[in-house]
Amino acid sequence: MQTVLLTIEKKVSLTIDNKKVRVPEGTTVLEAAKKAGIHIPTLCYLKDINKAGACRICLVEANGSLQASCVLPVSEGMVVKTNTPRIRQMRKNILALILANHNSSCPTCVRNNNCELQTLAKELNLREEIFEKEYSHHIDDFSPSVVRDDSKCINCGRCVNVCNDVQTVGVLGFVHRSDRTKVAPVYDKSLAELSCINCGQCIVNCPVGALREKDNTDLVWEALADETKHVVVQTAPAVRAALGEEFGLPMGTSVTGKMVAALRRLGFDKVFDTDFAADVTIMEEGTELLNRLKNGGPLPLITSCSPGWIKFCEHKYPELIPHLSTCKSPQNMMGALLKSHYAKMNGLDPKDIVVVSVMPCTAKKFEVQREELAVDGIRDVDISITTRELARMIKEARIEFNELADEPFDEFYGDSSGAGVIFGATGGVMEAAIRTVADILTGQDIDEVNYEAVRGVEGIKEAEIQITPDLKLKVAVVHGGANIKTLMEKVLSGETQYHFIEVMACPGGCVNGGGQPIVPDKVKMEKDVRAERAKALYYEDSAVLPWRKSHKNPSVQRLYKEFLGEPNSHLAHELLHTHYVNRQ
Amino acid sequence: MKQVHFITELFDKYDGRDLLAYLNAGGFTALKKLLDTGSEAVLAEIDASGLQGRGGAAYPTGKKLRQARAEKAARKFVVCNADEGEPGTFKDRELLKRNIYQVIEGMVIAGICTQSQEGIIYVREEYTNMHDEIRSAIAECYKHNYLGKGVLGSPYNFDLKLFSGAGSYVCGEGFAMCESMEGKSGRPRSKPPYVKQEGFLRLPTLVINTETLSTIVSIIKHGADSFRRYGTEKSPGTKLISISGKVNRPGVYEIPFGLTIREIINDLAGGIRNGKKGHFVQIGGASGGILPERLWDTRYTYEDLAKAGLSVGSGAIVVADEDNSLLDYLKVVQDFFRHESCGKCTPCREGNRQLRFIFERITNGTATAADYANLEIVLDVMGKASLCGSGKTEVVPFRTAQRYFPELFMTKETYAAKKAVV
Repeated sequence: MQTVLLTIEKKVSLTIDNKKVRVPEGTTVLEAAKKAGIHIPTLCYLKDINKAGACRICLVEANGSLQASCVLPVSEGMVVKTNTPRIRQMRKNILALILANHNSSCPTCVRNNNCELQTLAKELNLREEIFEKEYSHHIDDFSPSVVRDDSKCINCGRCVNVCNDVQTVGVLGFVHRSDRTKVAPVYDKSLAELSCINCGQCIVNCPVGALREKDNTDLVWEALADETKHVVVQTAPAVRAALGEEFGLPMGTSVTGKMVAALRRLGFDKVFDTDFAADVTIMEEGTELLNRLKNGGPLPLITSCSPGWIKFCEHKYPELIPHLSTCKSPQNMMGALLKSHYAKMNGLDPKDIVVVSVMPCTAKKFEVQREELAVDGIRDVDISITTRELARMIKEARIEFNELADEPFDEFYGDSSGAGVIFGATGGVMEAAIRTVADILTGQDIDEVNYEAVRGVEGIKEAEIQITPDLKLKVAVVHGGANIKTLMEKVLSGETQYHFIEVMACPGGCVNGGGQPIVPDKVKMEKDVRAERAKALYYEDSAVLPWRKSHKNPSVQRLYKEFLGEPNSHLAHELLHTHYVNRQ
Repeated sequence: MKQVHFITELFDKYDGRDLLAYLNAGGFTALKKLLDTGSEAVLAEIDASGLQGRGGAAYPTGKKLRQARAEKAARKFVVCNADEGEPGTFKDRELLKRNIYQVIEGMVIAGICTQSQEGIIYVREEYTNMHDEIRSAIAECYKHNYLGKGVLGSPYNFDLKLFSGAGSYVCGEGFAMCESMEGKSGRPRSKPPYVKQEGFLRLPTLVINTETLSTIVSIIKHGADSFRRYGTEKSPGTKLISISGKVNRPGVYEIPFGLTIREIINDLAGGIRNGKKGHFVQIGGASGGILPERLWDTRYTYEDLAKAGLSVGSGAIVVADEDNSLLDYLKVVQDFFRHESCGKCTPCREGNRQLRFIFERITNGTATAADYANLEIVLDVMGKASLCGSGKTEVVPFRTAQRYFPELFMTKETYAAKKAVV
C-alpha cells in the first residue's frame, strides 16, 4: 500500500514568447519553456545534474534583462523572450568565444557528428570563428579507461558535477582561474594515479570530445588480422540494448541478431554471449549466497559484477571487501572458461586464443588488466572494447548494420537465459539470483519469475522476499555512486541489514554505462536513457529467450556436469573466483 | 569644509587597540543606544540617514538590514566584507587598523538588528599583518561581554570571528565569499536565491562592507540629521576615499559628498606631482570609470558621477598625469581582471582571454579594424551576459574610455574618415 501525499502546489503564470504558461513555483524558465514547446539552447546544463548557469548559452530576456534560463526561477507575470535578434546575436557571440578556446578539429574528433558544441554551432547558424584561438594541448591518456583531452574541454563542468555529485568519486574539479581555468584531477595528476573508478560517466556526459574512452580497436584489428590467433568475442547484455543508437535506430531497440552478424563480418572466429557467463555467475554467486546464509555470513553478500563498484569499494570501503562476492565478473568468468574448457574442447592452446569483450563499460578495460584476473599467467580477457568502439569498427569495415539479417550466437557459449540478459539493467542481477535461489531452496520450478520490486530506476530499491517459510530474503539494489555511498554508510553503521545487495556503479546499471552510445542532453531532457534501454533487455527476457532462469540454461548445466562439477567446486574457484585489494 | 571626521571621528584619538580607550572616547554608546531603544528605532535612524552601502553597489543600508531581519532561520550570519580587493582602495584597512572596535560595534549592532547570532569578519589575505590585532580586539570584546552570550546583559548573543581570504579579488562578491568561507574556490553562484536568503552554508547571510558598518555606528551615535548635514540630497553624508597615483599626498580622506574631483585632487591630495598636467582619473576601483581631466569639475556624488557614466564604487580615485598613456593604463587594468576572473562563466573567462590579445595589439600599435570590432563584441557580451557583477562591471573602464577618448579605439584610417565627415 502506498500513501499518496497530496500537497497543494503553487502555480505561477508567465508569458514566454507571447505564449501563456502556467507552471509550478520553482520551475526554471528553461523547463517552463520546454513545457510550452519552446526549445532554448543549452550547453553546460545537464538535466538533474548540472545547473551552473556558467556557459550562458541559454540566455533569454526576462522582463527585459538578459538572464541564464537554466538557473532562473519563474515568477508571477514574468515576460520572457527567447528568440529576439539581440538574444540570437548574443548566443552566437558567446559560442564564438567558447570556440576560441576549443580545438575544433571536428573531422578527426571522436565526437564528430555527436557533439553538442558542433550541433549548437550549426543550430545557431554560426558561420565564422572570429576570435583568436588559444587552448591547452595537454592530454592525459595514462588511464586504461578514460582519456582527457584538455584541448577540447570547454569548462562546462558537467564531468565535475557527475564525478562529485552523481558518482561521489570526486577526482575531477576546477583548478586555477580566469583563462587558465581548467578541469583537472587533484594536483594535476593523471586519472590513472587516483581513486578514479573508471566508470566513464564523465565521458557519457561530456558535451564534446574532451573525455573519451581509451581506444583499443587497433588491438582488435591487429588480432583479427593475425592468422595464428583464434579470436573470439563476447558481448555484454547491455550492448545489444544500445548499439542500434549508433546506427540511427530508436533508443531501446534490441539489435542482438544484427550485432552478432556484424561481429562475424568483422572476422571473429566465434561470437559468444557474456550472458552465458552471467548465468554461470548466478550459479556461483547464488551458491555463495546460500553458503553464507547457511554458515552465518559474512552478510550482506554484495555483488561483484561492476568493476566500477569494485574499485569504488576498494578505495572507499575496504572494510566491506569481505562482503564482496568472490565471483569474477561475467566478462572474466567467460574469459577464464574460454581459455580452459573451450580451449580443451576444441584442442586449442589457450595462448593462441584472443578473447575480446564488447562491454557497455570503460571500467572493464581496467578490469581486464588486473593481475589477479588471470589463470596460470594467461589473462582471462585480452582486449575490452566499448559499445562505441564496436560501432566505430562496424562503420570502418563499411558494414551496413541496418541491412544485416539477424544471426544467432555461436552455440554453447552463446546460449543464455533471460536471467543472464537482464544483468544489464539495475536490479537484473538480483532478479536473476532470486529466480535461481528460490528454486533451489524450495526444490520447485517456480512459475512467477518477475520480481518487479527490484526493477526500475529508483536509486535505492529494497525488497523482502519470502522464499521459504523460514527465509525472508532481505535485499537491496543500488546504482550510481551517491546512492551507493548512502546505502553503504547505512550498512556500515548497522542501520539497515540485508542478506544480499546488488551494486552497479553507473546510474541505471550497465545500460547507462560509461561505454555506451552518448546521448545529447537535448534527448535526455525527453527520455530516461536508463529506462528506455532496459526495456530492450526485459523484452528479450520475457519474449525471446527460451529459458528465464540461469540454472535452466542447458549449456550451463552441461558445463557443470562435464567440466566444473558443482558450483563453488575447487575448479570453479580456481577459474571463476577472485580476491580484492585494499586501495585506501 | 573639505575633509571631515564623521566616521573617522576617533582616528588618532586612541591607538586603535585599547578597548578602554575606545570606551573612554565614546565607544559602544551606539550599541547601548540600540539596547535601550530597540532595533526598530535604530533601523528607522539608519533609514532616515539615507546611507547607501559603501562596498560599491550603493544599496540602501536600512532596506538591506530590514531584508536580512525578515529572513527566518535558526542560524543566520552577518559577514563584514573586509576583502577590500578593489585596486586603489585602502579605506577599510584604515578602519580596521585605526578603529577596529567601531567595526566590531557595527557588527554587533547589525547582528542584533537582523536577529543573527554569528558574525564573521572576512579580511583579505593581504592584510595578514593585521589579523592578529583584529583577533585580539575580538578577544577583548568577548572578555568584556561586548561579544558572546547575552551581550552587555541583554538577551542577545553574538559571536564573532575572523576569516582570512586567500587572495582572490572575486571573493569580495557575496556568493564567492560564501564559497570561500565554505572552503571552496571563490566562484559566484547564480541568483536567485540571493546571499541574504541562502549565503554562507546556504543559510541567510548579510554581507556588509566595513565602511558601512563603521558609518552605522556613527549615525546611531550622532543621529541621522548630523550625518545628513554633509553631502547632497541624493548623496547624503560622508565617504571615505582612497586617493592614489600621481598626487602629492595620496591617502585616505573622509569627504562630504559634493566636492569636485578637482577639489579632491588639488585641495586634499596636494595636486599633481611635479607640477605635471592631469590626464584622467579612474574612480571606484578597477571596474570604475575613466574621467578625463576636462571633466574634473564633476562633483563627487552618486548622481553627478552617474551622469558621466561612472559610479562611486569602492571610493578609490587613481590619478594619472600627462605622462601616463590611457591605453597602457587600461592594459594594466585588463591584466588585473584577466588574472582575477574566477573563470566560471564564458563571457568573463573567454572575454578576458580575447581582451588580452586585443590590448596587446592595441598597445603595440598592430591592432586592426577586426580587433576593434571584436573589442566591441567582447565588451558587449561581458557587460550584459556575465554571471556576476564582476564580469558585468569590468567593461566600465573600457566603455568610459571609449566615450571620452574615442580616437584611441579605432584605426587611424577610421578616425581620419570620421573626422573628415565631421
